[in-house]
Amino acid sequence: MSVVPAEVLPGSALPVEETVREAAELGPRARLWPSLCAVYRAQLSRARVARIPLLFVATFQSIGIMILMRGVVDGGGEARAVVAGSAVLVVAFVALNLLAQYFGQLRASGGLDHYATLPVPPAAVVLGAAGAYASFTVPGTVVTAVFGCVLFGLPLSHLWVLVAVIPLAGAALSGLGAALGLLAPRPELATLLGQLGMSAALLLGVLPADRMPEAVRFARDLLPSTYGVEAFARTFGPDPDWAFVLGDLAVCGVVGVVSLAVATWAYRRAAVR
Amino acid sequence: MCAVRGLTKTYPAVRGRRGVPATPAVRATDDVRLDIRRGEIFGLLGPNGAGKTTLVRQLTGLMRPDRGSVEILGHDIVRHPERASRILAYLGQESTALDELTVSLAAETTGRLRGLHVRQARAERDAVLDELGLTPLAGRPLKKLSGGQRRLACFAAALVGERPLLVLDEPTTAMDPVARRAVWSAVDRRRAERGTTVLLVTHNVIEAETVLDRVAVLDRGRVIACDTPSGLKEQVAGEVRVDLVWREAAPLHVPEVAALRDRVVESGRRWTLRLAPDEARAVVATVTGGAAFAALDDFTLATPSLEDVYLALGGAARQGLVKV
Repeated sequence: MSVVPAEVLPGSALPVEETVREAAELGPRARLWPSLCAVYRAQLSRARVARIPLLFVATFQSIGIMILMRGVVDGGGEARAVVAGSAVLVVAFVALNLLAQYFGQLRASGGLDHYATLPVPPAAVVLGAAGAYASFTVPGTVVTAVFGCVLFGLPLSHLWVLVAVIPLAGAALSGLGAALGLLAPRPELATLLGQLGMSAALLLGVLPADRMPEAVRFARDLLPSTYGVEAFARTFGPDPDWAFVLGDLAVCGVVGVVSLAVATWAYRRAAVR
Repeated sequence: MCAVRGLTKTYPAVRGRRGVPATPAVRATDDVRLDIRRGEIFGLLGPNGAGKTTLVRQLTGLMRPDRGSVEILGHDIVRHPERASRILAYLGQESTALDELTVSLAAETTGRLRGLHVRQARAERDAVLDELGLTPLAGRPLKKLSGGQRRLACFAAALVGERPLLVLDEPTTAMDPVARRAVWSAVDRRRAERGTTVLLVTHNVIEAETVLDRVAVLDRGRVIACDTPSGLKEQVAGEVRVDLVWREAAPLHVPEVAALRDRVVESGRRWTLRLAPDEARAVVATVTGGAAFAALDDFTLATPSLEDVYLALGGAARQGLVKV
């Protein structure tokens, strides 16, 4: 229990009316990069406890889908679409679905107060979390892509393009996930939106586009994961057209920047009510 | 160091939906005026729903008031809510942002987000964990800890990266006496060495009486009293509290006991009375002798506590404050 009476404090007796009118010096502000790294590292450490089982689920789900499609698809362009779609689906599962749930719950439970009472730029919290979730997807996406290539007899030579596909598709999808989680008025709604987003990525990304009706194809064009899938699928061809690959990846990048900016705005809005 | 003037916040009415009844507009803080001085432990005391947390959220820049001003160390927090995070450390009631981190990483990350460099954050983390006796738990995730330990770990995170004002919302909930002592001695050390000010939200009357320098009693969003705990208790110094616990039911066939009935607060077998000292003496004489004694299980006489002050001031919660 408290043993120091207020009277014995440094500066002797307490003034009855505060005479100091000058504003005190503020504590330091956390700068963007160091705080982004701190959030990223903290989020990544959560992976060890909480995310690894889900990552297995995501990977097995994609591998299962490819095995199912093996009976339907007969090589060629459709096989490329299936492998690319399944690989990007892992990104959608973790970055879109799980991140939407995470932010939805954090917001509903009052966990955002912790960050909101620290002098940290909103972008650092959103980008740190989004980056960490995108990073969780790396092993699952690589395993899925390699397995798919072996299963459908596709060349492994251009898999290095995942180095660009994962971060760009990851940025687009995690930005979308974070924005959905932070904007949804209730956590159940955030979960639902995350699930719907992932289902859309599954249906519109994995199934070959050529057999779809016009309306569905339009919806497919609106989904950011589509461009990641397209870019990745193009690289399986014998002579990939790198300009188109770059174009698709650029779309992912732009969507990523926009959605992360929206998520940062949504965070600010959610933090101060 | 912290001046609050005319702070008012009304939660809008919610229209009822299916399964959810409508709630009218609630004035959570109503024209609150407070002055907190440097180096004191200032308490906000009140029952659940009195507006303590809403008030604190407005002081920490988490919520914009409808009206009124908050000035901390010369900074206008209503106009510049983002400055609050550079003046104060806040320990909220929720730990969900830290739950999956280890104790050590929670403290270090919080320090870094408070603007410390890596090395500085680690050094402060080690010092604080050691000070609070958390070093053996440093590698455990918060959610694997007991409620009291988790609370202590969150308190540790609040201390990393020094701030002149600590805002603690029920910091010792679920803590055992050892952890409580660790909290209060850590607070005292900062107060003695650096003149740290503490704003404490509590509904624990005993803690309020022992640690606070001054306390504001909140009821339905209004400050109904603000003084030192002993100053507040003087307001009801003329009263003594008598608690009577009956074996089964009160012996209402004894006329003296029946006469007391409309002055008691009943909760189960317990009767609580607030009486003048000579009245209390008479009551005790009655119940400890004669027919009533057979029905009596236990009785206590006590000088007034802050809870009695709250009730005497006309606090709305008939049951009084939670007494842990």
